[in-house]
Amino acid sequence: MGWAIALHGGAGDIPLSLPVERRAPREATLRHCLELGVAALKANRSPLDVVELVVRELENSPCFNAGKGSVLTTNGTVEMEACIMDGNTKKCGAVSGLSTVVNAISLARLVMERTPHIYLAFDGAEAFAREQGVETAHSSHFITTENVERLKNAKEAKRVQIDYTQPIKGAIPSTKGDSQIGTVGCVAVDGHGILASATSTGGLVNKMVGRIGDTPIIGAGTYANSYCAVSATGKGESIIQATVARDVAALMEYKGLSLKEAAAYVIERTPKGNVGLVAVSANGEVTMPFNTTGMFRACATEDGYSEIGIWPSGINDDLEYPNK
Amino acid sequence: MGGWAIAVHGGAGVDPKLPEERQEEARRVLRRCLGVGAAGLRAGRPAVDVVEMVVRELETDPVFNSGRGSALTQEGTVEMEASIMDGRGRRCGAVSGLTTVKNPVSLARLVMDRSPHSYLAFHGAEDFAREQGVEVVDNSYFITDENVRMLKLAKEANSIVYDYRVPVPSADTCSASAGLVGATTDGGMQMNGLPISIYAPETVGCVAVDSGGWCAAATSTGGLMNKMSGRIGDSPLIGSGTYACGACAVSCTGEGEAIIRSTLARDVAALMEYKGLGLQEAVDYALKERLDEGKAGLIAVSRNGEVANGFNTVGMFRGCATEDGFMDVAIW
Repeated sequence: MGWAIALHGGAGDIPLSLPVERRAPREATLRHCLELGVAALKANRSPLDVVELVVRELENSPCFNAGKGSVLTTNGTVEMEACIMDGNTKKCGAVSGLSTVVNAISLARLVMERTPHIYLAFDGAEAFAREQGVETAHSSHFITTENVERLKNAKEAKRVQIDYTQPIKGAIPSTKGDSQIGTVGCVAVDGHGILASATSTGGLVNKMVGRIGDTPIIGAGTYANSYCAVSATGKGESIIQATVARDVAALMEYKGLSLKEAAAYVIERTPKGNVGLVAVSANGEVTMPFNTTGMFRACATEDGYSEIGIWPSGINDDLEYPNK
Repeated sequence: MGGWAIAVHGGAGVDPKLPEERQEEARRVLRRCLGVGAAGLRAGRPAVDVVEMVVRELETDPVFNSGRGSALTQEGTVEMEASIMDGRGRRCGAVSGLTTVKNPVSLARLVMDRSPHSYLAFHGAEDFAREQGVEVVDNSYFITDENVRMLKLAKEANSIVYDYRVPVPSADTCSASAGLVGATTDGGMQMNGLPISIYAPETVGCVAVDSGGWCAAATSTGGLMNKMSGRIGDSPLIGSGTYACGACAVSCTGEGEAIIRSTLARDVAALMEYKGLGLQEAVDYALKERLDEGKAGLIAVSRNGEVANGFNTVGMFRGCATEDGFMDVAIW
């Protein structure tokens, strides 16, 4: 036993040729967030506090698809969603359709703690944000030139797709050279086995206005109970139908699998290229499996292990710090 | 075993003093909708078509809390949500925050079949509805006088009406789960400060397994009386209010927040899949072990043509039918 923390900045088709100017800032952010999370756990902050603060940090970074740096809807707007769950009480909070709230994860926490509900969305969520006096900003805060470019590419690719292939019902095409699907998340457990999970995202590039993904759906993108805490990333639609986060916990509870076994089981059964997750167990174990090209991730455990990575271990990453 | 089977529900949590004519009215609607579904299954329609068809019937009828007859938000408007899941391929579709769509479950189906996504909400969902040309009406169509009265009472009691038909043994239970329920004592026959005789039913749902052994589930609701605008409950959340896979299909009703925390629908299936429980065993286990103090009910079918249900509330409007001719409609 002992504390453990894992965080991710999204799983996807992250090419091995990712240029250093796109790679370095992301790795630096992962490292920074890991350090923040570890320090908080060492200072005996609750796992719920820890996952929230780490996700806030990830949201504030323009490198990842959450908060600042969120991908854009087909209308060029941001619609952010987030979810937080306390494994100890199974209380949870979720928000969707936010366009001005700087830290969606914190609003999700307020929904959990200050309303009789679990999930608020769109205008109602924005109204609640104002009531609660959380920090809001103009859309220019969230929109990055990178994402404007991504949206443009996605729209162009879609046109090409319709021209040359059998029209798929608006499938989101992948744009070479960048991770299209991303999300940020953090899971943590303290020395008492208390678990928490938090996930936040801008969603899918070029998504329809009003589209909700897996992130705010308890049991899909986010879940925590007394066995484990899970935060998933990837293609929302696949994660929803596979109830990824809940299944990891259910496999541990109902089938007696270990954390690693349960997580691997779920990943293997989800279509390739669609999902990654980070998870910790009540015993302080960590696992970060994915079936995509890569997943921006980092983890640390009380016994001194830590890891920051993008691709499967052993490939192209010189960033493992065992026994740091 | 084998053969088709179908179950419907019109909400868990029933006023034990519900007047007989209201009970009969509810039973009549359930019987009629069950008949529609059974006829479809007999004719070889796939389960996913059948559950959509039956839930459409339930939405259109004002007796239950979905479509017409939906509970009202604190603003007095209607915000409806629904989801549908086809166990064949575990495809799913969901919608929330609908204000003009006559049949939310059908829009959920269109999200599943005709959009690249699984879940659309609020303005985006309404836009999609217009794009798809589904029937839309003014928000006032969904509002019934009865629910306007209910909302007024709920506001006066300054509470969200969760399951105001359940007698309160002590103040603690409901405040623990509701957070802002003002408990009153009146011979134990009050909840949320409202007299137990107030009647307004809940979510509707249907689960079915067709002659091919494929299961499907659909759920639809107006949500909680006096809810905050923008509040989403369990009904549109895959794994919470609705779930279907190769093994079974489940639709839940009751305290949305409790159903979400316990991912109730998925848990029934997971208990079968991962723990090897039978359908009714899984239903009983989930209700007993997963809900904590939450109040809920659910219906389920298995690929083998079994039907099951369970509830920890005072009643659940329900009905079921199987290929061998069995049919039942019940409240208590």
